[in-house]
Amino acid sequence: MEGSRAMSSQASAPRVDLVVVAEMVEPGSRVLDVGCGDGELLNLLRDARAVDGRGIELSQSGVNQCVAKGLSVIQGDADTDLVDYPDDSFDYVILSQTLQATRRPRVVLEHMLRIGKRAIVSVPNFGHWRVRAQLAFTGRMPVTQSLSYSWYDTPNIHFCTIADFVALARDIGATIDKSVALDRHGNPLQVALPTWAWNLLGEQAVFLLHRKR
Amino acid sequence: MGEASAITRPGAASEADAPHSLALRLGPDRPLAMEAGVNLAPLTIAYQTYGALNAAKSNAILVCHALTGDQHVASRHPVTGRDGWWETMVGPGRPLDTDRFFVICANVVGGCMGTTGPASVNPATGEPYGLDFPVVTVGDMVRAQAMLIDSLGIDALFCVAGGSMGGMQVLQWAALYPKRVFSALPIATAARHSSQNIAFHEVGRQAIMADPDWRGGRYLAEGARPAKGLAVARMAAHITYLSDSALHRRFGRNLQDRVARTFSFDADFQVESYLRHQGSIFVERFDPNSYLYMTRAMDYFDLAADYGGALVNAFLGSRTRFCVVSFTSDWLFPTSDSRALVRALNAGGASVSFVEIETDRGHDAFLLDVPELFATTRGFIDAAARARGIS
Repeated sequence: MEGSRAMSSQASAPRVDLVVVAEMVEPGSRVLDVGCGDGELLNLLRDARAVDGRGIELSQSGVNQCVAKGLSVIQGDADTDLVDYPDDSFDYVILSQTLQATRRPRVVLEHMLRIGKRAIVSVPNFGHWRVRAQLAFTGRMPVTQSLSYSWYDTPNIHFCTIADFVALARDIGATIDKSVALDRHGNPLQVALPTWAWNLLGEQAVFLLHRKR
Repeated sequence: MGEASAITRPGAASEADAPHSLALRLGPDRPLAMEAGVNLAPLTIAYQTYGALNAAKSNAILVCHALTGDQHVASRHPVTGRDGWWETMVGPGRPLDTDRFFVICANVVGGCMGTTGPASVNPATGEPYGLDFPVVTVGDMVRAQAMLIDSLGIDALFCVAGGSMGGMQVLQWAALYPKRVFSALPIATAARHSSQNIAFHEVGRQAIMADPDWRGGRYLAEGARPAKGLAVARMAAHITYLSDSALHRRFGRNLQDRVARTFSFDADFQVESYLRHQGSIFVERFDPNSYLYMTRAMDYFDLAADYGGALVNAFLGSRTRFCVVSFTSDWLFPTSDSRALVRALNAGGASVSFVEIETDRGHDAFLLDVPELFATTRGFIDAAARARGIS
């Protein structure tokens, strides 16, 4: 869960992609941030949306940074610990840039939809044209600015494309209420496009979903 | 306080009735209603304080000590002359910063450093209580501490902190007095004592009671002292506070002051010599009967049982901010115990953080120089102080 979030938390202004996530959250709600890194998103949600936020983070240093910010964060693992949370105990369960690093993404997503009334998931898009081009033209596993690991030491063991995620959501009976594709700087793509086009142009995407009840 | 002026009996026995610390003396009109069904009176609570209480009385931290600890958390021990047992955590500039906070630590009921316990004189007989002292629970300890906090005019504690049996008291505080505990720092502890831990304690108690000088618990009245039994109890317990790898790193199979095995039962190995030393220094400062009572209190601790069998009920609706800490190599209070606690706190909707600290130093890590422990607790305390408006 020490994904890309921890690497780019130096800037004082909140990252644009986190703002996109935060804007999906109703003020004053209860939020669980799974893989919360150093607590940047939880901090933003607390300050800007007055949420009652909780976090799960794998790394001890991440947990310590969160605790020092006054956040309530538990050292734990999305793959093993979500099972402990009761049904509907949060308004939102957020998984930002972490799904691809879990061992069982489908199970994790199902737990999120069980624990939270809604889930917000952001994923890097392996279908982006630059990724496709690297594989097509160099014949090597893509290494890009946002996906900076070599294949043999990447924590990102379950990459998917935007289209793949949409299919997974359908398979587990979740409804996507909102989806936003982001460019390489984390800014939303403003134009309305069909999914196949987003799947080419989005570096990452943020989804708001709920399960059918 | 005059140096050792009040000592009439050697070592710890004198501290039981004349502690070298502050003491709250409660008369027959203010008994402690104990779970064993006895009203304990009179009651003395021996305690130490560090730092200053602010005008709003909002900066008080109660430190709860472990099985063989005492109130001398950050000052010289009157019997051993050694530093306080938690000076790594409590003091100026430490995580529990005595320049900012008013830190209180009281000897628990049943202890032997000045709070009423089995080594104290029973006013009804004029002799030490011995086994006539009622069996103590963690709940009794906490209710007595609350009487002390009342007497200091403190309504709500900024934080209650402690490790091991101290952590049990922290949890009991949070369950009994949720509105009086702004933040809670239970370290290396559990919401119930495990079967294995009860088993180890029983070994210790049997070692004490098997010593002929225990005299059915009347050794103080009869001028005897079951030092051997208590030392063996301490040796066995001490192993459980460490870890296999820590012992191996420190001692390996090294021989003690000799080049070859002696083919005897002398302390050939360094680890044997070390344990014998731990046993011998312990008996200087601790009362054997008190050891029986302290271990029993831990054995009886099962917070869920007091709340209908579901731990979540102990913390329902709690506004206390919790920070739970465990250590990877602690096999006495393993991380799984802390996780069970965290699950219950979460299920009850409490505000809880949890850190498992990587160390090979075993259960005793909470008393040692472990920088990650300091970083975690400092961050937690500072953030809670901001939330509480403490400068």
